Amino acid sequence: MKILFNRIIYLIVLFIGIAIINFTLFFMSPGDPTNQYFSPKVKKSNLQILKQKMGVDLPWHKQLKNWSLHTLKGDLGYSWSKHRPVKDILKEAIPATLQLTIFALFINLIIGSLIGIFAGINSNRLSGKFLDILTLTIYSTPVFLLALFLIYVFSQKLQILPPSGMDSLRFGESGFWLTFFDRMRHIILPVSVLGLIGAATTSRYVQEHIKSVIKQDYIRMAFAKGLSLKRIYFKHAFKNALLPVATLIGIYFPFLLGSALIVEVVFAWPGMGRVTFEAISSKDYPVLMAVNMIAAIMVISGNLISDMLYRFIDPRIRIQ
Amino acid sequence: MDALLKIQLLKTQFHKKHGIVKAVDGVDLKIHQGETLSLVGESGCGKSITGLSIMKLVPPPGRIVAGSIEFKKRNILNLSEKQMSKIRGKEIGLILQDPLSALNPVITVGEQISEVIRTHFPVNRKEAKNRTLDLMEKVQLPNVSSLYDSYPHQLSGGLRQRVLIAIALSCSPSLVIADEPTTALDVSIQSQILSLLKNLKKEFQISLLLITHDFSVVAEMADRVAVMYAGKIVEQANTFDIFTNPIHPYTKSLLDAIPKLDFSGKKKTKTIVPLKGAVPDMMNLPDGCTFYPRCSIADESCQKSYPKGFLSDGGKFVSCFKAKLA
Repeated sequence: MKILFNRIIYLIVLFIGIAIINFTLFFMSPGDPTNQYFSPKVKKSNLQILKQKMGVDLPWHKQLKNWSLHTLKGDLGYSWSKHRPVKDILKEAIPATLQLTIFALFINLIIGSLIGIFAGINSNRLSGKFLDILTLTIYSTPVFLLALFLIYVFSQKLQILPPSGMDSLRFGESGFWLTFFDRMRHIILPVSVLGLIGAATTSRYVQEHIKSVIKQDYIRMAFAKGLSLKRIYFKHAFKNALLPVATLIGIYFPFLLGSALIVEVVFAWPGMGRVTFEAISSKDYPVLMAVNMIAAIMVISGNLISDMLYRFIDPRIRIQ
Repeated sequence: MDALLKIQLLKTQFHKKHGIVKAVDGVDLKIHQGETLSLVGESGCGKSITGLSIMKLVPPPGRIVAGSIEFKKRNILNLSEKQMSKIRGKEIGLILQDPLSALNPVITVGEQISEVIRTHFPVNRKEAKNRTLDLMEKVQLPNVSSLYDSYPHQLSGGLRQRVLIAIALSCSPSLVIADEPTTALDVSIQSQILSLLKNLKKEFQISLLLITHDFSVVAEMADRVAVMYAGKIVEQANTFDIFTNPIHPYTKSLLDAIPKLDFSGKKKTKTIVPLKGAVPDMMNLPDGCTFYPRCSIADESCQKSYPKGFLSDGGKFVSCFKAKLA
């Protein structure tokens, strides 16, 4: 428990550091909110008054103080391009992204682990080599290419799945179940892209570790005990090969966020990724600052989770 | 008397890209009920692979290519993997050299013992745990109830080896294969483990195949000794005969290489004679007698063919041309 406490304190300090850097970067970037009113007709003195009103003419430390106090209160500012509170934009976008990423993470970990175990055990056989090449191919395919390929096959040629969007137009008029199935139909392709690429990554890690684990003496012992193959592979081998997977979860949070950006843009999914993309295109600093802070929270909590999982799985780390 | 284990002309080979490694090349062995047979030889001579062949656990790309292994009058080479898993752990136990790597680091000690009992007997978890605790006391582990939930890294080397012994004995097997059971331990712990093995062997009435390179372990434990060189048995005899009257030049040089204490005060009468050369490349064995390049009494005739074994007086098995004449 003391370790957990220390860890959390450390991560809070880290978070504050990230927040300051995040603010400073945007402080140093060219442009400010008054740019949107800039036109030949506007007087320079009026712009100056506007700057004073918004507080963007203040020195760095005073602006940082204002920003931190507002952020802590939950006020994330006002989007320059959408003219709405950033908080409202995120409130719509975060659930949409979570639906995608959590779904994808499950597929990733379950399918990736199973394929990894199978490929690792059979690494000398044809089936293992085939899976090895298959996962390597998927792993090295760019996200957008796989997305476009799936759209081409399932929406264009077979015409069984919608190519983009989160809901069909009739959303809200039909009952709960119809809406639910409609959402499922829309989610299959983006989740497949995120899940498949993630599963390929996971399986490659698991496969490598299973390959080295099954050469260990304790696996020979497990065979010498006459245990069932199921028990040997899933209890004795996989539990040891789980350690890298625990580390991967820490890496996946930011990875999912990054891939989700591309996937959401390709599939027109109204989530965080698209919000980020649009904010970058329109230099919408308040939105970007908020997105950065959320990304920081995800990376930090991902690390915390993988750290705790590691302790849970490996008794050698658990007991100090 | 019928042998418990009868190995005939066993050949285990590793087919690799650059050639074939004949790790075990025509080995004949017999182990009787309650007997301890010691398999002695330098590293890489095939003694461990012989042990693993008996359990049919030769790691790929190795496989058993010829011969027969009769265990309780059944040729286990004809058994399916499923039938074999009923023998492993139940009728044949295995003790490995390094107890730390042989125990799974993420599973508790108690679970690693009781899972064997649960696999081979129709008992529930509680009964398996009780039997495990009994067993842990039999191998003289301290504080068994708290040790049951410990992990291997929390135990000392000697305690870990006791856990391995408990695993090997968990289903009262008739044969235990101990592959260098004391090599990874301190000398003081070695003798404890050896005497424990000796006592348990009597109590459980098991036969023991003791694989070792340490002649002091042989002297302490074995009834009979088989000396192995480059995949073949070169001499086999009673322990006493091996020490008092070794015949094969390889056995002789192995015994000469043991340091001896001399407190007589005289000048050194006998020095350590190291064995020349190294174990030959198993992929590229010399023609004729494989020991020929390192042998002190060999002549040209030894290069022509491998000597067939013969039985000398007193039932010793030796395979050497020169020893026959000597």
